[in-house]
Order: sequence, then C-alpha cells, then structure tokens
Amino acid sequence: MIRSVLIGLLTVAIAATGYWGYTEHQEKNAILIKAENNYQRAFHQLTYHIDQLNDEIGSALAMNSKKSLSPSLAEVWRIASNARSDVGQLPLSLMPFNKTEEFLSKIGDFSYRVAVRDLDKEPLTKEEVDTLRQLHKKSGEIKKELRRVQSLALKNNLRWMDVELALASEDEPMDNTIVDGFKTVEKNIEDESEVKWGSTEEIQIRDKTNLNKYLSGKPISANKAKEIALKFIGSKKSPANVKVDETNKNSNYAVYNVTIDRSNDETIYMDISKKGGHPIWMLSSRDIKENKIGLNEATKRAEKFLKEKGFKNMTLADSNQFDQVGILTFVRFKDGIVYYPDSVTVKVALDDGSIVGYEGINYLTSHKKRTLPNKTISVEKAKKQVNPNVSIHEEQLALIENEGKEVLCYEFIGTIDDDTYRMYINATNGEEEKVEKLKDPEPLYS
Amino acid sequence: MNKFHGIVKILLACFFLAASFDIKPNQAHAFTDQVIQKGAVGDDVIELQARLQYIGFYNGDIDGVFGWRTYWAVRNFQYEFGLEVDGLVGQKMKDMLVKATEYDEHYVKKHLNRGDTPRHYGGQPRDETQVKKNQKNRQSKQNQHAKRGQQGQQRKQTKQRQQIQQKQPNQAQQQQRQMPNIQQAVNTPKGFSENDIKLMSNAVYGEARGEPYIGQVAVAAVIINRLNSASFPNDVAGVIFEPRAFTAVADGQIWLQPNETARKAVLDAINGWDPTGGSTYYFNPDTATSGWIWTRPQVIQIGKHIFAH
Repeated sequence: MIRSVLIGLLTVAIAATGYWGYTEHQEKNAILIKAENNYQRAFHQLTYHIDQLNDEIGSALAMNSKKSLSPSLAEVWRIASNARSDVGQLPLSLMPFNKTEEFLSKIGDFSYRVAVRDLDKEPLTKEEVDTLRQLHKKSGEIKKELRRVQSLALKNNLRWMDVELALASEDEPMDNTIVDGFKTVEKNIEDESEVKWGSTEEIQIRDKTNLNKYLSGKPISANKAKEIALKFIGSKKSPANVKVDETNKNSNYAVYNVTIDRSNDETIYMDISKKGGHPIWMLSSRDIKENKIGLNEATKRAEKFLKEKGFKNMTLADSNQFDQVGILTFVRFKDGIVYYPDSVTVKVALDDGSIVGYEGINYLTSHKKRTLPNKTISVEKAKKQVNPNVSIHEEQLALIENEGKEVLCYEFIGTIDDDTYRMYINATNGEEEKVEKLKDPEPLYS
Repeated sequence: MNKFHGIVKILLACFFLAASFDIKPNQAHAFTDQVIQKGAVGDDVIELQARLQYIGFYNGDIDGVFGWRTYWAVRNFQYEFGLEVDGLVGQKMKDMLVKATEYDEHYVKKHLNRGDTPRHYGGQPRDETQVKKNQKNRQSKQNQHAKRGQQGQQRKQTKQRQQIQQKQPNQAQQQQRQMPNIQQAVNTPKGFSENDIKLMSNAVYGEARGEPYIGQVAVAAVIINRLNSASFPNDVAGVIFEPRAFTAVADGQIWLQPNETARKAVLDAINGWDPTGGSTYYFNPDTATSGWIWTRPQVIQIGKHIFAH
C-alpha cells in the first residue's frame, strides 16, 4: 500500500519536473529565437540597403540634370545611414569590421555634402564623378559578397547566435561562413585607399591627441614629469606615493601619467606630455563635501589659478554647476576677439574652492600665432544676415573652428520667444557659418 | 500704577523688537552673500527666479537653475533700473529685489519638492484658480511677446523704487492670467540629456566599478570617443547597446544601480577629461577573448584595462 503510494507520488513528481523542465526549455528557446530574429532582421536589411545603395549610386552616375542629381545623392546619404545603423545592431564588435562602418559613414558625408550644394553654381567636378564611380564599384563588391553570404545563410540555415558564440570564444581557427564573409568585405574595404574623398578629406577633425605634432619643447624624463606634476598641484614636500606611468612608445599621445596619493583619501592624476613637459590635464578624486561657495567665487578662484599657471588674456566663456563642482571654461580673449579654439576647463570644488581638475589639451594643441583675415563686413551688415525673427542681445568678434577650419566671425547671441541661440556670421564673406540653440536647464522628469 | 508700568514695558519691548526687525527686513528669506551668475543652481537661484517672476521680469519655470531665460530676465532688470548690465546678480540688485518683492520660501519649496505646478507666483492669493490651464498658457505666451516689445523703452535711473512699485499693479493683473510653474530642473552638458548621463553611468559602473577613479573616467571617455568616431554609432544608446561591444551589457551588469562615483566619472569625461588619448577600444588583457583586439594600436594601461585606438 505504502509502496504504491510512494510510487504514485514519485511518478507525479517526475512528471511535474519533466513538465517544468520542458516549459523552461521552451521559454529559453523562445528567447533565443527572439534574439536570433533581431540579428537576422538587421543582417537581411543590411544586404538590402547595400543593394539599394549600389543601385542609387549607379543611377546618380547616369544622371545629367541637377534637378534629379541632388535628390538622388540625398537618397544615397539616407541609405548609407540606414546601413550603418544595421551594422550597429550586429554582433560585429569583436571582429574587424570598423573599416566598413567608416566607409559607410564617409559615403554618407560625401553624398550629403554634394547633395546640399548648389549644383547649378558648383557642378560636380571631375574628381567627384571619379569618386562616385569608385564608390559604385566598391559598393558593388560589398553587395556581391553580402548577397553570397546571405544565400549561403538561407540555404544552410546559418544562425547569428552561432556567429556570436564563435566570436566570443575565439579558440581559433574560426570556421564560420558568416564571419568569413564579413572578413572578406572588410578586407575589400581596406584596399579602399584609392578612393578619393575630395573635400571631405580636408574636413577631417584635427586630431588633438597627436601631441608630438602640436607641442614644442625637448623630451623630458619621468623624474622631471613627477617634478612638474608636484609643482603644478602646489605640493611643497613630495608625498610618499607618487607613481609615474607612460603611454605606449608608439602612441602619438605621448605622456607620462602621474598618480599622486595624498594622505586624506585624495588621489590626483595628471598627464604630462613627454615633449616639452606640458601639463595636459589634472583630475582629483577627492570626495567633495557640502557646497560652501558659489559659482562666482569659484570663477574667481579659477581665474587666479590660471594666472598662476601663466595664462594671459583669458575670459570666462561658460560656467556650470554640477552637483558639488563648478565647471568653468575659459577662452583666450585679446583685442576684442574671442578665440574659442584656445580653451581651458577648470573644475572647482564648491566646498573649499580648491581646484580639483584642469583640462588644457585644446589650448595646448590649438594656440598659436595666427594671422587673422581682414574683416571686410561691418557689424551692421552682418546683423542683416541673421534671421529677422531673432532679437539680438549680445555681439562680439569671435574666432571659431568650423568644419576643420578656423574662421573669423561675428558672434550674435539672441532669442526667439523663450529660446536662446548663438549665431556666427563670417566676417569676411558674410556667410552664416553656424547657428546653435543654446541649452536650457533640463526639467527633471521623475 | 504697577500695571501701567508693566504695559509700558511690554510696549517698549514690542517697539524694540519691531525696530530690530525693521533694520534688516525680510532677512529671514534673503539671499546669501554670493554673487549669482549663469550656470549656478540652488536656493539663491530659486529665490531670484521667484522674485523676478513676482515683478514680471521672468516668465519661465522656477526651477533653481540659472539658465538663459533667467539670464535675460536679470539683464532686463538691470537695464530697466540703471544697474550695470552684466548678468551677474550682486548685492545691489539683490537689495532692490528684496525691497520690491515678496518671497514665500516655504510655498515655493513645497511645490518644488512635490513637482506640481501651482499658479503663477505673484502678489495674488495663491490657492484659487487652478482651472483653464491650457488657455492660460497660451495667454501667457502672448503676454511675453507684448512685454518684449515694451522693454528697453523707458530707462530712468532715479526713483527706482517707485518705478518698481508702480509696475506692480499692472503686473499683478497680468499675473492673474499667467500659469506657470515651479518645476525642478538640472544643468546638463551640451548634447547630453540627464537620461543619457544615467545610461552612461550604468555602463561605466557595470564595466569598471572595481577600477580606480581614473579608470572609470577612462571607460566613460571611450564611450565619448566612440560617439565622435565614424566607425561607431553616433548616439549614446547606439554605442552602449551595440551587440558585444561591452561585456557589462551582455551579462546584464549594466542594470546594477550605479553609485555617485560612476556618475562623476561620466560628467568628467563629458566635460572633456580624456585619460585615454582618444582611445575607442579597451580590454582586460587577462580575460580578452578576441585575438583581433590585441592588434589595435595601444595607448596606455589604466588599472586592469588596456586602452587602444
């Protein structure tokens, strides 16, 4: 009797466990399929978009009238951006695919630039037509390879989850059709050097981390770097714990990284350039207590600090209070002109007003003797270039960096209704260089 | 007789008490000594906005953050009453504001903390009229237009006080129709919302919570560098949720509650500190599974991570 009851109970228990295991398994599968489907969708859309991209560049090549060329190139820009977003959704971060992403981004930049240009005044140059032709060829190659991978994936039911596993547990040799296919694409793009990007190439943003290129002075030793760092933070006697690291020998960002442990739970980090021993930045990890001073007082402390460090002719460009610190950005100001590229940022603790951060890489890499272009346009004339809906409240001359070049502008700050805008009108040709909406405080949504 | 003396004494005491209050009126709610400038946050800014709103110079939310709208309101005030127009709120301006306006700290703060939107803060009784919100909002917009036109016409340096007081009746009428607001707000760096910062703090905490402070700033800096790079998506969510980009995202550690340090590191990175020299990759040499990552040009090792281009 007892036996049969026990057997009965056990049977029920086993059945229940089995059922539980089965549902767990089902749920896991459902989630895996969901994840897989997301990847599949991104992958198939990517092939579709590259296909479209190739077609659209092709038709742009055949177009003659400017009326149809501009929209067509705008379309190229849109499709390239879609394709980029597809790539961003695939698990490709662990393998070389960044050149392809860059390629797509460059196609986008190139087609956008040409599309928004007035092609009646400035028709496509011969080089640009050549570029388009090359892009057509390249995108055709990518398309072919991706279509091949796609058909194999469909035929053999290849799963992206396997790709992910293969990439994550890279115990070479990796034998995965999809991975191989994408590697082929990337390789193809790497030989892309023959593509001339024309004007976009000049617009490359200045690589400010290339310190050896921009800084002057003789190489210094690690010991000297330590000395400079201690002097910079105004430490009289050398604290016990100072550690000096350095960046990789081949790196353009050539600095000594100095870590100073102070007794009271404060660690100060600093980068000192190997060339010339310039302090690049400083940051303190100190826990900052309750606010005791205001932002205005903090500004004064920061000004004093900059003066001590030998900065001249600096003016406050932006000030913001975040929690217990004031972030103050200063720019060079001389003879009535603001030099925005020459900026330094100082971080002031609002409990005791001490300087807990300094960032000078912008100033160090951009400050130089400049020959300013003549301003040929008067303020009044420049004002007329501003949108008439804007009521202008402030104006000054400013040097700004726009699309990789420094331009002398009239800077106007004005409002439309409750929104504040900053507008730059080129002081030599009167063009509207840049308009930006200035940020208002953000309401807390929760 | 004794009684009479007692009364006189009490009266005298009252007089002195009153006199002592009179020397520094409104001291209870008055500003601190600091000069208030753009970008500041805190109680002084709340009071400034409330007082400016009281006399109709400021139409925005009382949010405790000295933004552009407050800045223009301050400048208008300075212009109208012959102060130096510099956007800095110094002692003189504070004195004028305190004399000409009332500030009910308790009332404003109560609403600020509750996050609701009472009717306009002004000279009117406050607990009536909560209806017809939308209509009022529209009207207040129109008022702003009208006011902007008026501004800058009269400028008299003398009789400042009378001027302010004359203004009040007019303003009070307008205020009755206005409907705005006490609403908490925060400063956020250009191009980033508070939620972006939170998302990044989550990622940094999940990825590098065991690292020294500078290591956390470095991880945040890599996210920023990726945002600016053509090889990566251009938005915070795109960079962070790129499949396989961050292990903390893959194993769910990103959803741990981040601490203050992670947030500070993110703010420092956004404000320009980059210990990595423009790196867009980093990996832990002990656990890195991808051979390819080792081929990237390395910059520096910070804590457990190697940073690379």
